[in-house]
Amino acid sequence: MSERKRVEAMAWVCPVPLRQYDRVLLGHGGGGKLSAELVEHLFVPAFGSAPEHGLHDSAVLEPGEGRLAFSTDSYVVRPLFFAGGSIGEIAVNGTVNDIAMSGGQPIALSCGFIIEEGLAMDTLGRVVELMAGAARTAGVSIATGDTKVVNRGAADQLFINTAGVGRIPDGVDIRPDRASPGDVVIVSGEIGVHGVAVMSEREGIEFGTRVRSDSAALNGLVGAMLDAYLDIHVLRDPTRGGVAASLCEIAAAAGVGIKFEESLLPVPAEVAAACSFLGLDPMNIANEGKLIAIVPPEGVDDVLNAMLSHEHGAGAMVIGTVNDEHPGVVTAVTRLGATRVVDLPLGEVLPRIC
Amino acid sequence: MCLAVPGQIVDVRDERGIRMATIDFDGISKDICLAYLPDIEVGDYAIVHVGFAISKIDEASALETLQMFRDLGILEEELDVTGGVS
Amino acid sequence: MKYLDEFNDPVLAKSLFDEIRRITTQKWSIMEVCGGQTHAIIRNGIDQLLPDDVELIHGPGCPVCVTPLGVIDKALDIASRPDVIFCSFGDMLRVPGSSRDLFIVKSDGGDVRVVYSPLDAVNLAEQNPDKQVVFFAIGFETTAPANAMAVHMAKERGLDNFSVLVSHVLVPPAIEAIVGSPDNRVDGFLAAGHVCSIMGTWQYGPLVEKYNVPIVVTGFEPLDVLEGIRRVVAQLENGEAQLDNAYARVVSDQGNVPAQKMVEEVFEVCDRNWRGIGQIGVSGWRLAPAYRSFDAEYRFDVVDLDAPESELCRAGEVLQGRIKPNECEAFGNECTPRTPLGATMVSSEGACAAYYQYRRLTGTPVGI
Repeated sequence: MSERKRVEAMAWVCPVPLRQYDRVLLGHGGGGKLSAELVEHLFVPAFGSAPEHGLHDSAVLEPGEGRLAFSTDSYVVRPLFFAGGSIGEIAVNGTVNDIAMSGGQPIALSCGFIIEEGLAMDTLGRVVELMAGAARTAGVSIATGDTKVVNRGAADQLFINTAGVGRIPDGVDIRPDRASPGDVVIVSGEIGVHGVAVMSEREGIEFGTRVRSDSAALNGLVGAMLDAYLDIHVLRDPTRGGVAASLCEIAAAAGVGIKFEESLLPVPAEVAAACSFLGLDPMNIANEGKLIAIVPPEGVDDVLNAMLSHEHGAGAMVIGTVNDEHPGVVTAVTRLGATRVVDLPLGEVLPRIC
Repeated sequence: MCLAVPGQIVDVRDERGIRMATIDFDGISKDICLAYLPDIEVGDYAIVHVGFAISKIDEASALETLQMFRDLGILEEELDVTGGVS
Repeated sequence: MKYLDEFNDPVLAKSLFDEIRRITTQKWSIMEVCGGQTHAIIRNGIDQLLPDDVELIHGPGCPVCVTPLGVIDKALDIASRPDVIFCSFGDMLRVPGSSRDLFIVKSDGGDVRVVYSPLDAVNLAEQNPDKQVVFFAIGFETTAPANAMAVHMAKERGLDNFSVLVSHVLVPPAIEAIVGSPDNRVDGFLAAGHVCSIMGTWQYGPLVEKYNVPIVVTGFEPLDVLEGIRRVVAQLENGEAQLDNAYARVVSDQGNVPAQKMVEEVFEVCDRNWRGIGQIGVSGWRLAPAYRSFDAEYRFDVVDLDAPESELCRAGEVLQGRIKPNECEAFGNECTPRTPLGATMVSSEGACAAYYQYRRLTGTPVGI
């Protein structure tokens, strides 16, 4: 990859040929000259130089030996920019993390934009720069992409789909149904931060907070954990639905019970306060830079130490264990010492009055 | 039935004839209406429900209640020791 | 948070549990009227840690759950109209009407919005003069002053595109309906602290005297709930029946007078249906005649829309502690947390929903 000028995303300036359009037109997705200009002056400079043989309909990868992890996710975030992140970082980190949750180190991502006609070109430019920055941080290339522009009203500003492939190291076998009685449950740090940051800017709920999204690529952390101990049983990034949903899904997939101590969940004061006044539970709130690891007891020390010495696992905590007492059911030991069932939230998490 | 939580008033202002405030819940700030607590002042704690301060918290009473719980704890301990019941 | 964390202390909670255990010599049934207290009890597992002789009956105090089917159908009808922005507290969205809920209306194109405060709905009306903004004004006495202020403000600002669908309910008539019933088995009540922060404690004195039943005004944190229980048990063990206030840091005898005045101006008392219980006389508020023009029922002509409650559902008996949830034939069959028939299954803390979860834990088959 050739050296190129690093662009400060928040001060992104539209390159000359795009400057005559301060908004995205239907034609920018039409496959003609306008599309080509968008690719040439925005995507290629941001995502890295064009491949040696020029732009083509597909990227050509050389995966080498072994197994690949392959994942896709679509990103619809409102607002597009929020404290500590944007749809751009989430679109990269989310798919990188999905790959990392199988133990994969990402090789390449694809990126599809669905843009609502009339989106400010500056907004698109900022998002693309933030994606590029996130990809650099994660050490993954955005190798292929596509842009469609739809009529005003047919999409909400900007939707992004990314897919990615990653290489899974030999000897790694990470999947939800490997959770086994006796295993230990670790969470990588403070929970609920991303959800609270996004909610604080949502119409009808808005509140002031210094909480910033924790959006981060976790492939580095996962690499360090696997270097320390290869036989990690389960990894999960507790995004929508939060820690509660992830644990419920694992318990159901593996047919095991999971029991954790509520007092051990790392909940920052501001997340607790936001949840208090909205009537929400921190364990149902989304995270974008945290993971849950389920590890056999003999690997716990190694995994935990590796996490604690990594920037994205510095707040790691053992929160509970896997058991065979209540298959498929997750329980929390409350602060008072009672046990209650933690259920999968039915749908969207909404503020309560009662 | 009625989710209401305590916060601290950090500023008070008049908005179109209605007394409004910014309240702080441990680092979370929110605009709320003070129409029902005309005498509350900056620094006071109030219970807030659906955007309204509905009751000023009586600090002395809160401390008294907590002290009563602590005394009860001491009493229980003594009973436990003298009674020898586990 | 200050004034929350201190009242969550597990060590002090243990002394309260010990004290309750020490003073309890016989079986007592205590009803926490308020859904917020039920939430604290289930969330913290307080019911599991109390002595077996102290039974908690989860009362009808969740305004979301007791909003009758007929009113929900009215909300769904109004929210479906093309010129309407329908605003609601978040927890109403999932409550099923006869055939749909507000989420489904939204997916069908209705403009349904979650707001934190009724004032947010007033602001929406101001910002959208070409739309009809309707606020779903549910709640007990605690929420009524906020909803009253929204209507009052809309009137002052001349916002004729704002209206409210009112389904306000009141606590004292519900307590009286329960304690006055011939087969009442509630020995004492925890009254709802936040309702009393508005209305004061004076409303409950006559109930204590008439029915010779202890009523203790109680807060919402674990220590508050335990202290309420302790005081009720202490009275019962001593053969006393008094009105007591265990939430004095928030509740005064006279309550919030400016709030009461606003409620009196905007609302008037009326009869109300309670989901799963049926009609209770003078147990609600509706808009007073001077504010009738802000009544969404009239504006959208849905006054006569009604819907029969489920005939299978026995929520009323569950709420009064007369049957256990699993004694209802619909429990776990027609009625589950996903397809709730009555108040007690609608809310995740409702007696039936809590029982349902507990059965999952013990591996007991849920359906019959």
